[in-house]
This record gives sequence, structure tokens and C-alpha cells, in this order.
Amino acid sequence: MTATQEPTRQAEIGRDRRRKEDQRLITGRTRWTDNITLPGMLHLAMVRSPYAHARITGIETSAAKASTNVVAVLTGADLGEGQGACINAWPVTTDQVTPAHLPMPTDRVAFAGETVAVVVARSAAEARDAAELVEVDYEELPAALDLKEAAAAHENGGVIAHPDLGTNVSAVWRFDSAEAGTGGDVEAAITEARAGGILIEREYRQQRLIPAFMEPRSVVVDPTGEQITVWSATQIPHILRFALAATTGVPESKIRVIAPDVGGGFGGKLQQTPEEMIAFAVARRLGKPVKFTETRSESLLTAHHGRDQWQRLTLAATSDGRVTGLKVDLLADLGAYVAIVGGGVPVLGAFMFNAIYKFPAYQFQTTNVLTNKTWTDAYRGAGRPEATYAIERLMDELAAEVGVDPLEIREKNWITHEEFPFTTVAGLEYDSGNYEAATARAKEMFGYDALRAEQAERRAAGDRVQLGLGVSTFTEMCGLAPSRVLGSLNYGAGGWEHAEVRMLATGKVEVITGASAHGQGHETAFSQIVADRLGVPFEDVEVLHGDTQISHKGLDTYGSRSLVVGGEALVRAVDKVIEKARPIAAHLLEASADDLEFKHGQFSVKGTDAAMAITEIATAVFAAHNLPDGVEPSIDSEATYDPVNFNYPHGTHLCAVEVDTETGQIKLRKYVCCDDIGVVINPLIVAGQVHGGLVQGIAQALWEEAVYDENGTLVSGSFVDYLLPTAADTISFEIDHTTSPATTNSLGTKGVGEAGTIASTPAVVNAVVDAVRHLGVNDITMPCTPERVWRAINDGSSGGETPEAAMPHFDSAEGDVQ
Amino acid sequence: MIPAAFEYVAPTTVEEALAALAEHGDEAKIIAGGQSLLPVLRMRLNAPEWVIDLGRIESLRGVRDGGDHLVIGAMTTHHDVGQDPLVHEHALLVSKAITHLADAQVRHRGTFGGSLAHADPGGDLGAPALALGSTFVVQGPGGTREVAAGDFFVDLFETAISDDEILVEVRVPKHDGWVASYEKFVRIAHQWPIVAVAATLRMEGDTIAEARIGLTNMGSTPLRASAAEQALVGQPATEEGVAAAAALVVEGTNPPTDLNGTAEYRRHVATVFTRRAVLAAAGRG
Repeated sequence: MTATQEPTRQAEIGRDRRRKEDQRLITGRTRWTDNITLPGMLHLAMVRSPYAHARITGIETSAAKASTNVVAVLTGADLGEGQGACINAWPVTTDQVTPAHLPMPTDRVAFAGETVAVVVARSAAEARDAAELVEVDYEELPAALDLKEAAAAHENGGVIAHPDLGTNVSAVWRFDSAEAGTGGDVEAAITEARAGGILIEREYRQQRLIPAFMEPRSVVVDPTGEQITVWSATQIPHILRFALAATTGVPESKIRVIAPDVGGGFGGKLQQTPEEMIAFAVARRLGKPVKFTETRSESLLTAHHGRDQWQRLTLAATSDGRVTGLKVDLLADLGAYVAIVGGGVPVLGAFMFNAIYKFPAYQFQTTNVLTNKTWTDAYRGAGRPEATYAIERLMDELAAEVGVDPLEIREKNWITHEEFPFTTVAGLEYDSGNYEAATARAKEMFGYDALRAEQAERRAAGDRVQLGLGVSTFTEMCGLAPSRVLGSLNYGAGGWEHAEVRMLATGKVEVITGASAHGQGHETAFSQIVADRLGVPFEDVEVLHGDTQISHKGLDTYGSRSLVVGGEALVRAVDKVIEKARPIAAHLLEASADDLEFKHGQFSVKGTDAAMAITEIATAVFAAHNLPDGVEPSIDSEATYDPVNFNYPHGTHLCAVEVDTETGQIKLRKYVCCDDIGVVINPLIVAGQVHGGLVQGIAQALWEEAVYDENGTLVSGSFVDYLLPTAADTISFEIDHTTSPATTNSLGTKGVGEAGTIASTPAVVNAVVDAVRHLGVNDITMPCTPERVWRAINDGSSGGETPEAAMPHFDSAEGDVQ
Repeated sequence: MIPAAFEYVAPTTVEEALAALAEHGDEAKIIAGGQSLLPVLRMRLNAPEWVIDLGRIESLRGVRDGGDHLVIGAMTTHHDVGQDPLVHEHALLVSKAITHLADAQVRHRGTFGGSLAHADPGGDLGAPALALGSTFVVQGPGGTREVAAGDFFVDLFETAISDDEILVEVRVPKHDGWVASYEKFVRIAHQWPIVAVAATLRMEGDTIAEARIGLTNMGSTPLRASAAEQALVGQPATEEGVAAAAALVVEGTNPPTDLNGTAEYRRHVATVFTRRAVLAAAGRG
């Protein structure tokens, strides 16, 4: 027992803490999966199909088996049912068509890159060498490649990606505000607008993207213990364990999954992958540890892709620009299989096309289509970038039609800050926000009026380089997700998160979260939260995660959920620790529990200077010599939190670009954003998330595109042709925040992991179109390549298709390479 | 990304390298800085049984004054060529092109001769070497021979170097007092050029007295734009003076169509960038 004066300490929440995990992550001297080596470990190499669609008529493995240090060569038939299956956790409709997805198919491949055999050898190099010796006989089948053609194939005798299914349409999912009772009839609004208002009809392309996380996927499986241990570069260790157990028959209690340090994901590691399943099956078969680490080429080819939609959009408005209805009709390319949440990605966008606006009528429909291409699934934003792009592009088009500034048309339609909480036409209740404040701040930072004046001057002078200003006033739904809502959408799991707090005898604190960080900075941000709430030093908090034996409950990290759901679980677990400590403190301080107050880590008796630190109570509980009768010797606590609502960050993003009208080349001139993400835990981490997110969204607008040729070969199969930007390609961003605390969690936080990516794409494309709108352009297909911009300027088109050919720099098998 | 196994030899003289090449012939590949060969090996687009590394042959490194020309050793890194004061003084166009070549890491590993011998039409050095009328010195079992720039580049990834020869040096005629610019068109910074134009001029006052123009990625080899060069002579370095000549650069070109642009678009960009390169060289850009 100590009598102390009021301690002074700096609040951790809101502090620019450098990330405690960075030193080991950046130096690489840490537990990346591929760094793990076990005694007797064997290495795998995959034999992959070069064909988009083919029947497997024979696999000759004898030469590979005879190769140096090869232990086994196994096919799908060899592994049989033991290989399990890749699951779809979200059948979006009860009659969804879902092709069976074996990790290694036995009779037919459905996309180029699919694994048909696995070579097991004593070294990775020997496995790779032997993989070259496996001879697979294929009977090539016609491949369903074009999304629009595939969608109609069952009606016109077109090519079917999985012939047995008879159709490429996996599901049609629909929402209609009139049917749901959340709004009016969109067809009536369209009819009225056609008669005497404004009708904007557009078709936009969401190109296919590749998540391109920094660390390629890697998996190590050790079957030699009582439990089978799986290390995987995954975002979802808990879900992976469930899927392994559910599809292989191995009891869940016999499987331990560890996501050690994981180098990025962006949704790309939100998957139960065929490679994980194959490694698991091979390890079990051979009884030895195995490792598989993909090459970058394999990663680009076979890790799931993102986006890939056609969006048919109809916006009805009055002649002065008040929107009366929005109709959305999507085609979404699922690729060859319905991935773990693949079919749900467009559905996640369904509630977001109405964005920050008060639309009286709304209808959404997505047709999810199977093709013979790499499967698609979540990619940073998952459904919401697509929705935000569509509506923010349309609002600019409406502004142009009415002849007013794009910000004016938004203000005319947005929800005002007095109207929160606001139930939208899509049926969501937005808890908080202030679009006026974020927009005012962004305009001020941007120097909006001065840039508009410069734009007018350049137009008047007919400058070769024109200036364009792009607006994106986005919101998103994140913090996935209320379990009941997920249930109503037929999703196969809940959306809660779990946390535990262990009070160690030495006064240190272990925090366990079911979220699974892969670059976000959870260790740092969660330590800040706990340090503040529990009144212990930041350095004394250890955050543990990503190991199902330590973090036994969890639903992992995606959908900007870790802080707003996982953080709330953590707050509740901390509060339980304090409440469990209270009677013990009262006992030790010889006071009534009602007379205690807890502040800065100490229980003190009101009106006295008697106090005791919670860490001292932890020590006393460890000794357990002097506890009140009937009180268990533990103040450790856990909490599982199921969110009551989604979480709605928003922001105003403004982008200025210079377009060289002679070549179509685009140069970023200025980018500012004012995001409202509620209360900020660590501004430095938030800035990192925003900057990285912006670059990823800008890259969709300008650079990135996964392109297949007419045979279904991925043409953009290396970073020569899949253009990832570097720091050299971007500019310094100016970011700021307004704060409308979320009302649905204790800390008032909102998600930020996806915000930058969701907001920036339309800001950039709006800017590009704005730069050349006076030349007769009203759309440019993404990515806005210089050639597309040039063609748009010259022929008024949206720029045409991407040529399906790669640069030949590395095809020089016969060249004079020196 | 593991290459197939290969045997490796790193001779210290050109003669030893030639002997290794003679011994292993078709089964061997020469590696210089490895910036093109290593990706090819790692992606298993080629699997030579032998790799002959020129990296330890000191005589192939460095830049020296050869009188009316510079001698650039084939194994001199891009970085070293780019920083060399002799190159800056006598072959400014080469210096300018190297500042745009790939990124700092590549410039420190990649070599002048390696890049030229690889003969990627998208490489940044072919057009300047061609425009400056360089001579390529190759050495084989029978000694050295000289190949004129116009004869060196044969086709995509194909040069006049025979299977038993090694490129040992490049002789670049001095262009003292010539101004220069290398205008490279890319979508992202570390890309190969979609199109690039190498232009160097001898100015007499405001008038172009002589011009040399090379084109990158406008055909299966680097190209020299002779018609445009001639048309520029006597012209003032103004937008109007240069525009008509610039339009001639597309003559004889056969650019590729790929993800980054169609042939038609590349021709358009080549025209625009020729005008800009000439004006930039003349200090009017």
C-alpha cells in the first residue's frame, strides 16, 4: 500500500507513437513465415496449368520423382479427400451456383495458374527443378474470359466456365428501396426525370486489380506434434483453422494456426488458399514438416485478384440537380471459383452507392459471374471503392449537366450534420458525421477557389497543359460487422471480436486480441489504448495476436474492423479487469468499494491519500495471501464484443492534376484530404494508413490493371507490366481531420485502413475528366493511361481497350543477354 | 524465383572468358551486370548450363580518352559512366540518357556494354549510342573487330556479336560543345521507356547546325531518325522551326503495341517528344 500524490502522465491516445514493431519488421530479422526452418523440413513446388480451361488427361511424374532429392510428387487424385476443399463462406443467395473447389483439381483446370501437382523435395531449388519435369497432358477447352459474354453465355450458347453448371451466373442479388420500405420507386423517379429532369446514364469499368502485398504468401506445416501447427502469411488465422478443420475432418482442437509477422495483405491474404490446403495435406501424408513459399510470379498469377466489374448506372435528378433516384446494375467477375467472400464483395458495395446523400429511391442489383480467370475477392475497400467511384463520378457528371460546381451539387444532396443519426435509403443508420466541416477544411487546405481561377485562365488561353480539379466526398461502412446483419445476409460467420487482458505478477500486462495485424500497427495502437485506460506505461503492454493457441477466439483483420470492433472488445476487457480489481483494492485499502475511484492506474479512497496501483493489486492477486472471501485469485479478464452497427468514416478529398493535352500524360499537382475518422488513437499510424491508401487508390485511377489475353493468359504477370507506383510517382499529400466521434463504440473511433483507397480513385479520375471536359470528354476508362486520355481528347471516346500484350523485355530466351 | 542450376565461371581476362565461351558455346550465357539475365534465369525463361561472369575482368572497366573519341569499357556500370566527367564533356547525350535509366540500384549493378549487348529496343543506351555514331569493339578467338553502330543492332535482342565473341568496349566519337537531351516517356518512374528520344545538336547561335536523333522502342532495334536530322539543319530552335522536322521521325519506324500504348500512339508521342527533345537540348524546352 502506498500513499502517492496525483501522478501526471501524458495521454497515450492521440499521441504520435512510433510503431514498436517496426524495427524487427523493417529489418526482416523476424518471424516472416519464410524465415521459419524446422528440422527435417521438406519444400514444395507447385506444377501449374498454363491453360485457362483444360481437361487433365494425364500426369506423368516419374521423371520428377527420379530427380535429385525428390521425396514425393502428388496429384489431386493422390491426395483424394484428404486435401479438403476451399470454402465459400458467403453464399449471397440461397440458390447461389458454387462450383466445387478442390485445392488441386483431379480432372479439369478452370484458370491459368491452377495447381495440378505438387513436388516435395529436400530443398526449394530441387523441388522447383523437379516441377519442370512433371509432364501434364491437357485437352484444352474453350475458356470463358469476357465478363459480359460470360454473363450471357447460358442464354446464347456461349462458353461456360464450368460446363457441368450450365451457366456462368453464380448469383443475382438485389436490393430495392421500395420493396425494402426504405425509399421510393426508382423506376418512377427515372420516368419522371426522363420527362422533365436530368437523367445521367453511364457505364463504368472497374478494372481487375492485383493486391500485390509486399510479402509473398508462404505456409509452413508441422505435423509432428500432438497438434498440427500451421504457420501462414495470412490475415485470417482463426478462420483458416476453422476451414482446415471443417473440410479435412481433422478436429479443430488438433490444429494450431499461427500468422507470424505478415507483410501486408490489403485483403489479398483474406483467403483460405489452395496452397495452404495442399501443404497441410502433404505434411499429414508424409508426416514431416513442409514449407511452400510462392514466387512473385505465382503471387500475381494465383493469389486472388480484386475489383473487376462493369457498372451500369442511372441517376435521376431534378433539373436543378436534386437527385431523385439511383439505379445500379452490376456485373461482377468472380473468376473461376467463388472465393471465401468473393460473391459478397459486390454486395458490400450495395449499401454504399447512395454514399453521403439523401436519395429518395434506390435500386441495386449485382450479377455475379464465373469466368476462367483467377478468382477475385476482397481487395482494400472490397465493394465500397467500386460504389464510391460510381457515385462520385456520377455526381460530377450531374454537376456538369446542371452547370454548377461539383461541390455545390454535393451540398445540395448530402445529409447535413444536424440530421445524424440518419437512416439511408439503403437501410443503414449513419451514427455521426459532418460533411460540411470536412469539406470546408479540405477546400481551405486546397486553395480551391484559386485553383479554379487558374483552371479558367488556362482554358481561356488554350494552354497545352490543362488543369483539372477532382472531388470525392466519400463515406464507407466498415468495422465488419454486426453478427445479426451478417446473418441476414447469409454470411457464414459472425462479426464479433475477442480480447483478453492478463495482469502479470510483475506488473506487466499482456493483451490478447483476436484481430490479426499484418502491417497495421496494432501492437502500438492497442498498447496506447490499454496504457491510458489501465494507467500503466505504454512500454509495459505487450500485444499478442495471430496464434490460435494464444488468441483462441477471433475473427481476424479486414474491413477496417480491428480498432472499432477489436479495440472495443479490448476496452471492455480492460474495464472488466478494473472491476474485478475493485473489491480486492477495497479489501486491501480497508475501504468500501463504493468509496474507491480509479484514475491513472490507481485505486484511491475518496477524501484520503490512500491509494493502490492496479499493478500492485496484480502482484497481490498472484500471491493470493490476502484476498476477500470468495474472490478468485485473478483479475485477468476477457470480452467478446459484437458491434451494434457498422462504422462510417467519411471525408472530402480534393485532387488537382495537370493533363498534357498533346500526349495525354497526367501529372499530379496537389492532393488534400480531410477525413473524419472520429477519435484518432495514433496520428502517425493514421497518416501512414491514409498515405498508403491514397497511393493505392490513385494507382487504380492511373496505373494498375490486370490484363488477360484472348487465351486467358495473364499478360500483366510481372511488375514490368503490372504497374505499381513507387514514391517517385506520387506527390506529398496534405491530410487533416475533423472529428465527429462514432457513437457506437466507447472510444469514438472509426476505421481508417481503407478510407484513402476508397476515396482517392474517383477524386483522381474526376480531376482528369475535369481537365479535358471542355474538349468534349465526359469519361475516361481506368486506368487513365496517357493513350486513353489522348484518344478521349481526340475522338471524344473514353479511351478504348487495353492492348493485350506485354512488353517483351524478359522474353529473350534466344537473345544476346550479356 | 529460383534459376535452374548452372555452372559458373568468373575469368579475370578477356582471353580466359573467350576460352570459356569457346568451350561451352551454345550452352553458355555471358553475364555482365545481370540486370536482364538474372530475371530471365529466375523466371526460367532460359536455363544455360554455364554462366560466364565478366565481373572480374578489370580491363573492361572504365572510361578513357581515345583522342577523337571516348572509350567506354563494356563492364563500366551505368552509374560510373553517368558520373564520368569525360562523358559529360564529350558525349553529353550519354550522360543525359543515364540519368533516366531505370533506378539507382540498377545503375549501380547494370553495365554499359551489358545493356547494349542485350539489345532490348526499350533499353536507354541504344538510341544515344546510335545517334552519336559509336563503334562497337568485339573480341573473338581471332582478335578484335569493329562494328559500326548502324550494323550492331540486328533485331529484337539480336546484335552483330557472334556466339564466340564478347563486346569489350564502345568508342563514342567526341561531340564537344554539342547540347543534348534525352526525353523519356513513361507511366511510372522505374518503367522501361514506352518511347524515348535522344537528341543532340551542334548549335550556331540560335540555328541548328547539326543534329543527331535516336529513337528508343520505336522498332525492333534502336533507330536513327536521319530524315529528321537533315531537316533540322539550318532551322531555328523554335517550336515552328522544329515541328516539321519532328514529324519526320516516324519514317521507317515499326513500334510495338502493348499494354502501355499502341503503335499509332507511340508514333504520335515520338513526334511530340522529338520536338521537345530538340527544344530542350537547345535550352528552349
